[in-house]
Amino acid sequence: MTPFATLTELAAALRAKQFSSVELTRYYLDRIERLDAAYNSFITVTRDRALAQAAAADARLRKGTATALTGLPIAHKDVFCTKNVRTTCGSRMLDNFVAPYDATAVARLDAAGLVTLGKTNMDEFAMGSSCETSYYGCVRNPWDVERVPGGSSGGSAAAIAAGLTPAATGTDTGGSIRQPAAFSGVCGLKPTYGAVSRFGMVAFASSLDQGGPLARSVADLALLIDAMAGFDERDSTSAVHGHPGDAARSLHDAKPRTIGVPKEYFAALEDPALAALFDAARRVFEQDGHRFVEVSLPHSAAAVPTYYVVASAEASTNLARYDGVRYGHRCDAPRDLTDLYERTRSEGFGREVKRRILTGTYALSVGYFDAYYVKAQRVRRLIRDDFLKAFETVDALFAPTAPSIAFPIGQISDPVEMYQQDVFTVPASLAGIPALALPCGFHAGLPVGMQLIGPHFSESALLALGAGYQRTTDWHRRVPPGLR
Amino acid sequence: MTILDRDIDKLCVLARLALDDDERHNARDDLTRIIGMIDALSTVATDSVEPLAHPLDATQRMRSDDVTETVDRDAFQKVAPAVRDGLYLVPRVVQ
Repeated sequence: MTPFATLTELAAALRAKQFSSVELTRYYLDRIERLDAAYNSFITVTRDRALAQAAAADARLRKGTATALTGLPIAHKDVFCTKNVRTTCGSRMLDNFVAPYDATAVARLDAAGLVTLGKTNMDEFAMGSSCETSYYGCVRNPWDVERVPGGSSGGSAAAIAAGLTPAATGTDTGGSIRQPAAFSGVCGLKPTYGAVSRFGMVAFASSLDQGGPLARSVADLALLIDAMAGFDERDSTSAVHGHPGDAARSLHDAKPRTIGVPKEYFAALEDPALAALFDAARRVFEQDGHRFVEVSLPHSAAAVPTYYVVASAEASTNLARYDGVRYGHRCDAPRDLTDLYERTRSEGFGREVKRRILTGTYALSVGYFDAYYVKAQRVRRLIRDDFLKAFETVDALFAPTAPSIAFPIGQISDPVEMYQQDVFTVPASLAGIPALALPCGFHAGLPVGMQLIGPHFSESALLALGAGYQRTTDWHRRVPPGLR
Repeated sequence: MTILDRDIDKLCVLARLALDDDERHNARDDLTRIIGMIDALSTVATDSVEPLAHPLDATQRMRSDDVTETVDRDAFQKVAPAVRDGLYLVPRVVQ
C-alpha cells in the first residue's frame, strides 16, 4: 500500500481484494494520527464514522452494488456541513457547531460510497490565500513546512500532498481550490458556478462560491466531479442542466484543441523561471496535437478590485447571520441585544473576516453603493464577456495558477499584497466558468501549477485535456522529500 | 480616499462589530489601502454596461408552493446557545 496512490489505483486494488476498505481507511487514519502534527491539515478526524462507512463499503463491494468510488477515503473541507460532525469553517464562531444536516455534495459522495476521514483546516470562512487565518492555526506545506500550502482549501491540498488522504473536497470563491492545489503540487477543479450544489456549504460570497474536488490526478478529479455535481432543488442557483456527469468516460477524448494564451496574464507574470515552466508545458500540449494562439482578455487588471468588492459585499451580508442567537459562539452575559451582537461577533470573527465585513459594509453603504458595488457588477460583466469572446475562437485558455511559488508563513502581512495572490484565479470566478489546476513543474524545489480554463460546463473537455497532459508527464506523481 | 476613525465607527455600527482602539486603527489603515486598490475600478468605462448579478444570467427559479419538508425544531435548537420551551433566549428587548 502506498499513501500516494491515486483513487483510480486504489479502486482497482480494492476490487482485486489486495486490501479491504476498512484496512485502507485504517491505514490513512493511522497516517493522519502519526504525521499530521507537522502539517495541521485536519481540524477533526472522524475515525469511528470512517470505519463504519468503510465496513458498509466492503459489504457493497462484496454484494456487487459498489460504484467506482465505493470504499475510497476522502476528507471534506470544514466548510461543508456534515451531519452530527463538528463543522467549524475555521472560525471560533463555529467552534461548537455540530451540523444538523449534510451538505448535498457530502451526501452525494457518501451515497457513492466514499469514506470520510475527517474535516480539513482552512482559512477562516474561506477568506484567505494562505491558510494562516484559521482559528485552529496555520496549515504547513508538506513540500516545506516553513511555507504556506495556499488557501483557503489549504488543509485539503496539504493533506493530499502529505499522503494523509487520496482526495478531498474544497471550495473556490476566488481561487481557493486552485491556488492551494498549485502550492501543494496536487490537482484541483473549480467547476462552473451552479454545477455543484451550495446547499450545506457555509456561505461566503454566494454569487461566486463553488465546491469542487482536489486529488492526485486529473482522472481522479473526473470521478469525483461526476459524483458531486448535479441539480439540487435545495440550492436556488443550482444549474438545472449543468455538468452531465460524463467526465470520467470522456478522459480519453484526444480531439485536437485550440488553446488561448491570455497575453495580459503572461505580461503580469514577473518570474522568468515560472514562465519557462509554462513554455515547457505548452510544448507537451503541442506534441499531443493541440494548438496555441494568443488571445486578449482586456479587463484582466480590473478583476482583483472587482472581486474584492463583490466578494466582500456578499460576505458582509452572509455573515450577518452570526448573531449569537441560533447557533455558534455567544458572548458571556450580554447586557442588551446590541451588546450580544457586537461582542459575539467581535469575539467570534478573526481579523481578516472583520476586514472583509467592513470592506463589504463600506461598499454597500449609502453614498458608495453605486460607486463600488454596482460599478463592480458592471465591470464583472465586461470581464465575463472578455471570456465569452475569447471562447468564440478557442476551446480553452492556458494560464498560470498563482503569480509565485508557495511563500513563507508570515511573509505577507499586507492585505492588498495578499489579495494579489488571486490575480490569475479571480477572473474565472467572476465569469462563473470552470478552471482546472494541475502541477506543471518545480521551481526552487516547490510545485508550480497551471490552469486550463474553459467555457461554462466544459469540465469534461478540460479534464480530458489535463488527463492527456498527465499521461506524458509525471509532475503529479512527485512526492515531498522525506515522505517518499 | 482616506478612511477616518469616524468612518470605521460608523461601519462598526452597521456591521455590529465592536473593535478596541488597536483594532480600529488597524482597520482604518487596512481599509484605506483596500479602498485605494478598489478605486482603480473608476478608470474602467462602463457607461452602457448592465450590472451582472449572476455569471450565467440566470433568473430565480420558482417551484410550486408545496410543503416538502418540516423543520425539526429540537434538532436545530440543539446547537443554539440558549433556548427554553422551544424558544430562543435573548436579552430583554421590551421593558
